[in-house]
Amino acid sequence: MSNDQQRSTFTLDGRRIPFTPGQTIMDAALAAGVYIPHLCHKPGYAPHGSCRVCVVRADGRELSACTAPAAADMSVESEVADIRALRVAVLQMLFAEGNHVCPACEASGNCTLQAVAYHCGMLTPRFPQRFPRRAVDASHPDVILDHNRCILCELCVRASRDHDGKRVFAVSGRGITSKLIVDAPSGRLGDTDFSAEDAAAHVCPVGAILPRDEAFRVPIGQRRFDLAPVSRVGDVALDPDAEVLAADAESEVLA
Amino acid sequence: MNMRAEPPVGQKVRVATASLAGCFGCHMSVLDMDERILDLVERVDFDRTPLTDIKTLGPCDLGLIEGGVANAENVEVLREFRRQCKVLVAVGACAVTGGIPAMRNSVPLAEVLDEAFVHGMGLVNPGIPDDPELPLLLSQVHPIHEVVRVDYFLPGCPPSADAIWSLLTAVLEGGALHLTWAQLRYD
Repeated sequence: MSNDQQRSTFTLDGRRIPFTPGQTIMDAALAAGVYIPHLCHKPGYAPHGSCRVCVVRADGRELSACTAPAAADMSVESEVADIRALRVAVLQMLFAEGNHVCPACEASGNCTLQAVAYHCGMLTPRFPQRFPRRAVDASHPDVILDHNRCILCELCVRASRDHDGKRVFAVSGRGITSKLIVDAPSGRLGDTDFSAEDAAAHVCPVGAILPRDEAFRVPIGQRRFDLAPVSRVGDVALDPDAEVLAADAESEVLA
Repeated sequence: MNMRAEPPVGQKVRVATASLAGCFGCHMSVLDMDERILDLVERVDFDRTPLTDIKTLGPCDLGLIEGGVANAENVEVLREFRRQCKVLVAVGACAVTGGIPAMRNSVPLAEVLDEAFVHGMGLVNPGIPDDPELPLLLSQVHPIHEVVRVDYFLPGCPPSADAIWSLLTAVLEGGALHLTWAQLRYD
């Protein structure tokens, strides 16, 4: 059988997406240059399925695109009104759970959580704010850890374990008290072998793991997500259709 | 840009605004719509706002609230706005989420007051102000939707003049708020 014949397709919002057996809906969509909003997913990392932002409806069932395998002739809906509303609700829970004070955050403009919320048109966190009081860990000379912004995506856990071979991070606790911990008897990041050169220092999609001495260096208007929506500059390989989006980005109606 | 929903002849839309635990930056951003304000005042009358001298609020079509809720007077003013305004809008990050003032929620109120008025550096006549004329601080700063029902949320610190213009258009037309990608910002 030729390679072509082995490739099946499914439809995503009416568009045919080719996939190879074993690929998830997310893998296939990203490979085809189609953006599905996501936070805990990163190509090259094991799927996690915690953020639920990549919810899609496949053959009538809501599921996470990053963990659901693609199947031949499956019909997947993503950018439709009610799925968008589900995503906004998930984002509102994340924003209300932590202290996401974007106006005072060094990651603003470079934050995937914020950019995905823009993409989904979130106007308000809506829910009562939890205002957690978690201690900031500033024990490391090069990196600060602010647990009040952490969304428990475990990208740093996976990066440290699978890419850096260090296992610096883990998530501990149950329910709403779950939190990111570091592997040191003191519990302090400064007492681990964590380094600013580690992959884990650069995967955080929010402002929880922050490099020191780099704050506010990029002028407003030139930050990563000032220039273009996350649907274009995320980790998606741009395709010709994405260029059309670029031209319309300024006037694209979101909310 | 035109506001397509014209109010009934001889009747202007009545607008009130207030700053609670705000910095007046959102009001400055309203003024930042520049000459469009001239279009606006042909269509609206202002009731109580920091821009007029009206002390008590009357019945209004639209209330714009800047700032979160940090003290007892904020609660009183906000409830009065909700009673008098048909449509109430949370304008800016503080009204929408609590904003930067809510960063004090990570410190117990007693410690905040102690640092500012009792044991802080350079204090000449230390002591927490206790005149009953002064509104008491709440133990935490809250977004306004935790106190009253809110009809529209306009994020941004501050929202841009363009975003405020989109909001006014939406409210005056009675429709949903549609912001463009360039207008939707939280920072």
